[in-house]
Amino acid sequence: MTELPRSYADRDAVARTFDLFGFLSRYGTVIALVLLVAFNLAFTRNFATMQTLNVNLTQVCTIVIVAVGMTLVIATGGIDLSVGSLMAISGALAPMIFMGKILPIGSIYLGVAAAMIVSVLVAGLLGLFNGWLVARFRVQPIVATLVLFIAGRGIAQVMTNGNLQTFRVPEFQWIGLARPLDIPAQVIIMAVIVAAAAWALKKTLFGRCILAVGGNEKASELAGIAVSKIKLAVYGISGLCAGLAGLIVIAINSSSDANLVGLGMELDAIAAVAVGGTLLSGGKATIIGSLLGALTIQLVRYTLLANGVPDAAALVVKAGIIALAVWLQQQHRG
Amino acid sequence: MTRPPDGLFPLLLEMRDIQKRFAGIPALADASLSVRSGEVHALIGQNGAGKSTLIKVLTGYHRKDAGQVLFEGEPFEVHSPHQAQVNGISTIYQEINLVPLRSVTENICLGREQRRYGLLDWNAMHAEAERLLSRFAIGIDVRRPLGEFNTATQQMVAIARAIGFSARLVIMDEPTSSLDEREVGVLFSVIHQLKAEGVSVIFVSHKLDELYEVCDQVTIMRDGRTVRSAAMKEIGKLELVAAMLGRDVAAVEGHATAFGERDRSRIGDVMFSARGLGAGQAVRNVSFDLRRGEIAGFAGLLGAGRTETARLVFGADRPSAGQMTMEGAAYHPDRPADAIAAGMGFCTEDRKGEGIVPEMTVAENLTLALLPKISRNGVLDDSRQREIVERFIRELGIKCSGPNQKVRELSGGNQQKVLLARWLAMNPKLLILDEPTRGIDVGAKGEIQRLIRRLADQGLGVLMISSELEEVIEGADRIFVLRDGVSVTELEAEAANEEKVLTAMAHGTSASSEVTT
Ligand SMILES: Nc1ncnc2c1ncn2[C@@H]1O[C@H](COP(=O)(O)OP(=O)(O)OP(=O)(O)O)[C@@H](O)[C@H]1O
Ligand SMILES: [Mg+2]
Repeated sequence: MTELPRSYADRDAVARTFDLFGFLSRYGTVIALVLLVAFNLAFTRNFATMQTLNVNLTQVCTIVIVAVGMTLVIATGGIDLSVGSLMAISGALAPMIFMGKILPIGSIYLGVAAAMIVSVLVAGLLGLFNGWLVARFRVQPIVATLVLFIAGRGIAQVMTNGNLQTFRVPEFQWIGLARPLDIPAQVIIMAVIVAAAAWALKKTLFGRCILAVGGNEKASELAGIAVSKIKLAVYGISGLCAGLAGLIVIAINSSSDANLVGLGMELDAIAAVAVGGTLLSGGKATIIGSLLGALTIQLVRYTLLANGVPDAAALVVKAGIIALAVWLQQQHRG
Repeated sequence: MTRPPDGLFPLLLEMRDIQKRFAGIPALADASLSVRSGEVHALIGQNGAGKSTLIKVLTGYHRKDAGQVLFEGEPFEVHSPHQAQVNGISTIYQEINLVPLRSVTENICLGREQRRYGLLDWNAMHAEAERLLSRFAIGIDVRRPLGEFNTATQQMVAIARAIGFSARLVIMDEPTSSLDEREVGVLFSVIHQLKAEGVSVIFVSHKLDELYEVCDQVTIMRDGRTVRSAAMKEIGKLELVAAMLGRDVAAVEGHATAFGERDRSRIGDVMFSARGLGAGQAVRNVSFDLRRGEIAGFAGLLGAGRTETARLVFGADRPSAGQMTMEGAAYHPDRPADAIAAGMGFCTEDRKGEGIVPEMTVAENLTLALLPKISRNGVLDDSRQREIVERFIRELGIKCSGPNQKVRELSGGNQQKVLLARWLAMNPKLLILDEPTRGIDVGAKGEIQRLIRRLADQGLGVLMISSELEEVIEGADRIFVLRDGVSVTELEAEAANEEKVLTAMAHGTSASSEVTT
């Protein structure tokens, strides 16, 4: 009753029906990207430089990594609002460990390794907690993850007493600053995560189950799929992605501020997923789409800033783009 | 409505040379349909012939590529089902498209809420919903969410909703596919009433016998074309089938229900047994045995607890009382996965709600219960999947553009075939079939029934639920009659006939009761 498919076919051209909305919802993101690049080439000074590419790529990495986890969650018909707060927690925890505030560790390498592993795992465990609320108690995902969205940042602030942690630890900061083969390390990390997730979603049992659960939960249950485990897993993965992104952010900044790390990230990630063409109601998802969606959003922000549009106005434009993407999805559904 | 002198009412609806393509493939090539005022018009054809598409073109759900529509003599062009409704065409779609989480009242009154001082007047709406349902002899709590009721009840609610709009034309796309004989009777009396009020009805069904009871006129479609239109009383059933399939009358004789010959000698020892199963109000005391190679049928009225019992056996719900054994061992499934591990399959009656995954492809839907078997170390084996999928598309004659077509683009009957294939493909020892041939055309139905019989002869145990008594009586080796959640009687196939089963369904025991074991 709500999803009425319409084919806006040219009525005279009977033989060749062209579905404009279908076309736009499939290639819209790519078209938008191309248009944005073309616009910038024409109007933004110094756009076609390595520096611009670097700035944009390094900024987009964390959004993409979080959006990968978010894509999997949304594919099951859920949503994860807690990612920004989880980034803050992992970003607060890691320096405390490698700076020896929790317990002194002799070797800096050991300290950094422990910091990375523990803080990402903690974020993953908190993700599992989200999944547990959703799967075990059937709490609506938006409500379940709201708990950590609110409490998570508070926890990070309490952990650090609200203090800014600054550090200069190259052994740790390579994750945000190193450039092997002249490619930023976080770009490599992002590429690996995107490739792995895209492959998993298409080619593995796990990926198939995710889409089935999002497409029809009852049918999946009857077909013997362990629905609860799948949900636990996607929220857990989303937590891990957020934890990793938190580390990258603090490595770039050489500091960790629990008030700021990952602030607003949930919206950027959800926007990237929606713009990328993943169905927000679940059952249909594309990792590459989310990558393109994140690039689009990043480029919009860059374009506006580079051309002197204030940040607040940029937010409005971003909201407009999301609304457009979701509207296109609605037109094509059914 | 008084009959005009020439015996014919004026034309209400005329659809001429309608064409509709999906991604270049024609679904309607040249379809026409004319319906007179106060006429009940049957629309029939094989699965995928284009019946539902023609209806959706009329109601503005799809946009036609070419052709003309006249309604009450005027060109008729609407862009949404809502607009069609406002213009006097009320439709019950093949897949019930109501909102399961909302109350029955909300579903019935959706789109014409009653207000009082600007606020929704719930009391008035509950009363209105109850009034409409009482016409269908259905007394349910209209405040409860629709999704809590079984498919047949939901179907009746959908019908009540559609009738509630005062329409000139009511379209029913396979309204009876999930209804028992009794509900069908109620529906028919409502149709007669509508007819008396001068309302026209388009009636789609694969149950050809019932067409003769209510329909005046019939239009037959094949491959997106209208091949014949005739007065119902001038055309025999065989002729109907022949026109649908595009064959000679001689070629289709003996094509009807056909499970084939039973070979009772192949029935083995008891494979599954249930004793004193109970859960809530729906299932109170059900016991039965199922043997290897046997087709057992569940008979009972709406609300007898057949589907609910099947769900207990399959671990979809948990029993509060009773024991089950499977192959000699105690069996208590916590979830469907446990039942599947024990070698069971369960083809649900609720195709849309808990059967197909609409956004997934035919291949993905078909292998959904088979995933562990088509993957190695968690990675899917594409070639193994393709092999299985192609085999079943062939074997069941699933009409689709290929394994990668989205299943939601298939016609209702073909979606049903995909669902059946999902469970046949897992090669079960025990298969529970809840309305297995729901929405499947006469030709394919015989094929599927023969296939089930063949598998049973190879040792498969089948537990079959069907709203068509005929299907149970002809297909089953043994019939268990359920009444108000209690298994009251067991009949051997040879001894069973329609009368005995009906008596048992209504009163608990058959006249010459032969309660065994
Ligand atoms: N949205 C769609 N996209 C692509 N193909 C479609 C779509 N809807 C219907 N079709 C195709 O159009 C053809 C006619 O389908 P339709 O649903 O009208 O059949 P039907 O006569 O109602 O069959 P059934 O008896 O099984 O309900 C089928 O081959 C179907 O696959
Ligand atoms: Mg149909």
